[in-house]
Amino acid sequence: MSKLLTDAPAPAKRNTLTKNQLPGWAIWAVAAGSLILGAAVSSLIGFSLVSWALISAVIFVIAGYVVTLSVEGARKAKDRFATNLIFATFIIAVVPLISVIWTVLQNGIAGLSYNLVFTSMNGMTGMVDNETVANGTEVLGGAYHGIIGTLLITMWATIISVPIGLLTAVYLVEYSKGGALSRGITFFVDVMTGIPSIVAGLFAAALFGLIFGPSTRTGFVAAVALSVLMIPVVVRSTEEMLKIVPNELREASYALGVRKWRTVLKVVVPTAISGIASGVTLAIARIIGETAPLLVTAGFVNSINWNVFGGWMTTLPTYIYRQLMNPTSPTNVEPSMQRAWAAALILIIFVMLLNLFARLIARIFAPKTGR
Amino acid sequence: MSQTLTETGRGRTGDKVFSGLTLAAGCLILFVLFCVAAFLLWQALPTFGADPSAISGGNGFWAYIWPIVIGTLIAAAIALVLATPVGVGVALFISHYAPRRLAQGLGYVVDLLAAIPSVVYGAWGIAVLAPALVGPYTWLAENAGWIPIFEGPASQTGKTMLTAGIVLSVMILPIITSLSREIFLQAPKLHEEAALAMGATRWEMIKMAVFPFARPGVISAVMLGLGRALGETMAVAMVLSGGGLIASLIKSGNQTIAAEVALNFPEAYGLRLSELIAAGLVLFVITLAVNMIARWIISRHKEFSGAN
Amino acid sequence: MKAIRIGRAAAVLSVAALALTACGSDNATGNQAPAGSTDSASTVSGTLSGAGASSQDSAMQAWMAGFTAKNPEANVQYSPDGSGAGRDAFLAGGVQFAGSDAYMDDEEWKQAQEVCGPDGAMNIPGYVSPIAVAFNLEGVDSVNMDAETIAKVFRGEITKWNDEAIASQNEGVELPDTAITVVHRSDESGTTENFVEYLSAAAGDVWTDEVSGDWPAKIQAENAQGTSGVVSTTTATDGAITYADASAVGGLGTVKVKVGEEYVELSAEAASKAVEVATPVEGRSDVDMSLDLERDTTESGAYPIVLVSYHIYCSTYADQNTVDLVKAFGSYVISEEGQQAAQDSAGNAPISETLREQAQKAIDSISVKS
Repeated sequence: MSKLLTDAPAPAKRNTLTKNQLPGWAIWAVAAGSLILGAAVSSLIGFSLVSWALISAVIFVIAGYVVTLSVEGARKAKDRFATNLIFATFIIAVVPLISVIWTVLQNGIAGLSYNLVFTSMNGMTGMVDNETVANGTEVLGGAYHGIIGTLLITMWATIISVPIGLLTAVYLVEYSKGGALSRGITFFVDVMTGIPSIVAGLFAAALFGLIFGPSTRTGFVAAVALSVLMIPVVVRSTEEMLKIVPNELREASYALGVRKWRTVLKVVVPTAISGIASGVTLAIARIIGETAPLLVTAGFVNSINWNVFGGWMTTLPTYIYRQLMNPTSPTNVEPSMQRAWAAALILIIFVMLLNLFARLIARIFAPKTGR
Repeated sequence: MSQTLTETGRGRTGDKVFSGLTLAAGCLILFVLFCVAAFLLWQALPTFGADPSAISGGNGFWAYIWPIVIGTLIAAAIALVLATPVGVGVALFISHYAPRRLAQGLGYVVDLLAAIPSVVYGAWGIAVLAPALVGPYTWLAENAGWIPIFEGPASQTGKTMLTAGIVLSVMILPIITSLSREIFLQAPKLHEEAALAMGATRWEMIKMAVFPFARPGVISAVMLGLGRALGETMAVAMVLSGGGLIASLIKSGNQTIAAEVALNFPEAYGLRLSELIAAGLVLFVITLAVNMIARWIISRHKEFSGAN
Repeated sequence: MKAIRIGRAAAVLSVAALALTACGSDNATGNQAPAGSTDSASTVSGTLSGAGASSQDSAMQAWMAGFTAKNPEANVQYSPDGSGAGRDAFLAGGVQFAGSDAYMDDEEWKQAQEVCGPDGAMNIPGYVSPIAVAFNLEGVDSVNMDAETIAKVFRGEITKWNDEAIASQNEGVELPDTAITVVHRSDESGTTENFVEYLSAAAGDVWTDEVSGDWPAKIQAENAQGTSGVVSTTTATDGAITYADASAVGGLGTVKVKVGEEYVELSAEAASKAVEVATPVEGRSDVDMSLDLERDTTESGAYPIVLVSYHIYCSTYADQNTVDLVKAFGSYVISEEGQQAAQDSAGNAPISETLREQAQKAIDSISVKS
């Protein structure tokens, strides 16, 4: 062991602090060795980039553990093992996610034109697409009506669910004394997360059908359906975030004579606002991509509709789904595919903006911490 | 703050109004859920009273539903088994391992991924993932075919249960990661620093100071992910080449409740419609059971919560 | 309070986003609006809502565009939810017309009388599309098969392309030793129902399963969602065979189906012919045009695997405006112009002259509820 250390390039000034420690380059050496060994093993069973990466990673994690164990002892080895494993999970997670984004970008950028963003599909027929393909001209028709629909419906769903969700979470964490009601609410909120999205859509359609006559389809019905899906996510994430606000903060506030409701609004919620904003974003993200409930609640149109309370509306996910499943022209599906992927890209960009916005809110409202 | 002390009347009203509001919101949720359940029951009722031979498959509702219940559980299990360790790992990476600047960017990307519509995941599954997995499946069938779940011959389109499970795990990964990350970040800094000061390695610190604190939250995150995996329709419907219940995960076969409902719903009417809604009801019950178990686990760790 | 602030901020964001995109246009094709339309006779206005089969979605887009171009005041919207959902919405009074791959059954017919008055509803065949039996086999564009062979292939009883049963009907065609991969629809659909109905009628000895829109559960095979799903899966797999709307099969090879003594190639004319020789369903009103196709027809030149999608209208509506709107739209759909527009757009088969006359008579009979 000490022999290994004496081989190190800069052992000139060794003191007791660096004794029994691997030099900085050692882990890179292990990595390089793993890569070479991985290439050898993977070529034995039929070489491919994925198998090479996987086998190398496995070898690296094991070798890193063994090397550290031999030099630095069991505790350090375990630490090294955990570190490597966590880095490995990160890489594993990144691969499919990058692949998804890459697929969307690759297919979507080509279709992202002025037409797509600023025109609807009004008057578009398969004939137009056939001509487009035959003449090689620019793809006509766009997702503008879907963009409007998505923004309006999501906005209304958020307006409905965020106050309800937040207040419920506050009730659960701050006001309930662990009674039957709060346990019931917690439990049934969990159950609500499992409502299949299509059921939420059917429920909203049936509810409005009873009140406003059969098959009432408007953007607002869709917003209600989406709220049913969104509320549990808001409650659940907010509840978790409120729970981890340290009790000391509340007690300090009470000790200063601050009323409970002001404590909640001025101390507890701001402390947790970053997490809450993240949870709300997640909830919006969860519903902005819903397809099934929208088809039965908001209908599907080709023209622009700005009125949430009257007339059918199209949203981006239903637009994407329809373009993929029922291309405008069955004989020439390419223009429809192009529009679908581009619309998916727009949807992702929206969520990106939303995320930025949530972070901004979190930064503005969050109390300054040392973190 | 003296203001609050002198104006006790106003403060008290504020307290009452606010607690009343929160209570009302909670009750509203219960009411909505009750309505949904009542609606489901009301629509599903004809199925349970119907002549067994009239149900799809001709052997009654339970014979129809149990294979797809198992299929649903298999898909969700694959998704959870793959996504939970990876999701928690990534969350830890972002919260405790990556440099701060990088971590913020990564957190942002992960949040973003939660928002990709399931239709896109489905399209990705068909276009990219399924063809890429044909090779590994064939290899598995040849070399590990003696394990029932890898029994060959492997599907030549790659549209199998395992593929669907992987797509689901990719879909729920951002949910698990995003929430776990927030929880890990909230772990008491003092405990962490104390552990490090005592000479603990980073991993020991995480094990001693972060995990016990975060466990209920992480379980919550996993449950949210599970909820999505169980109820996911479009992605599974697009990726899975469904069929009867089989043990092998690399052949076409198996079906999930949500996909079954989504695939057959548009053309369904009368008894078939009621059958599909009854299937939805079963999914509802499964979620209920899963959540009961999760709640029970969390309740055993309640002492770590900040506000008890 | 925080919630309100966030809500307000969200509203600001949305408004900002909307303002950014507020210059959108409903004129996707870039055409000038046909202001001085030559067809000055029709001046109907209002919104007509329909729901139903997704099979005719593409044709419906063409009809909606064509109809709105001729009647700028009118607007038609169609939600391709599926036939069953469309009929349900129609019977509940939620939409004025439904599109359906199957005509109403007797029970629905009775319900329709409650919604539409004593004469009930009418099923008008507006969309006729041949279903191709399409395959992907390198170097082979066309294969002859009789109903029995097709049934055996789709049941998995014939597993190789060079099987004796196929080869004997295709002298002179070089059939490779490729395994047959059957691809069927995973979702319930009118296409499956019509295809299976054909197999059951024309090859009843082999195809013993019940006819329904669901593929028989005991026949395990590859499957995919939707017409585009089965076509893309088939295109990607050598030796695969599927059934799909003829307009969507693209570059795949198609099977010539044996009718009587000859093998009929898929074409719009052959499909129209099969619809023409169909028998009307008994026990409906005079104007109803529900058809039972003779799948085992021996009529020369008829292609029996056809999907007929209906438009379902009420015989009476509550007010004159709706009646005018429905009549105008219904007439446009079956008119030569409308059928041509659909064919150009969706690639389906036009309805025959005889059917058109009959359908026109039916639509003319729509009146205001007394």
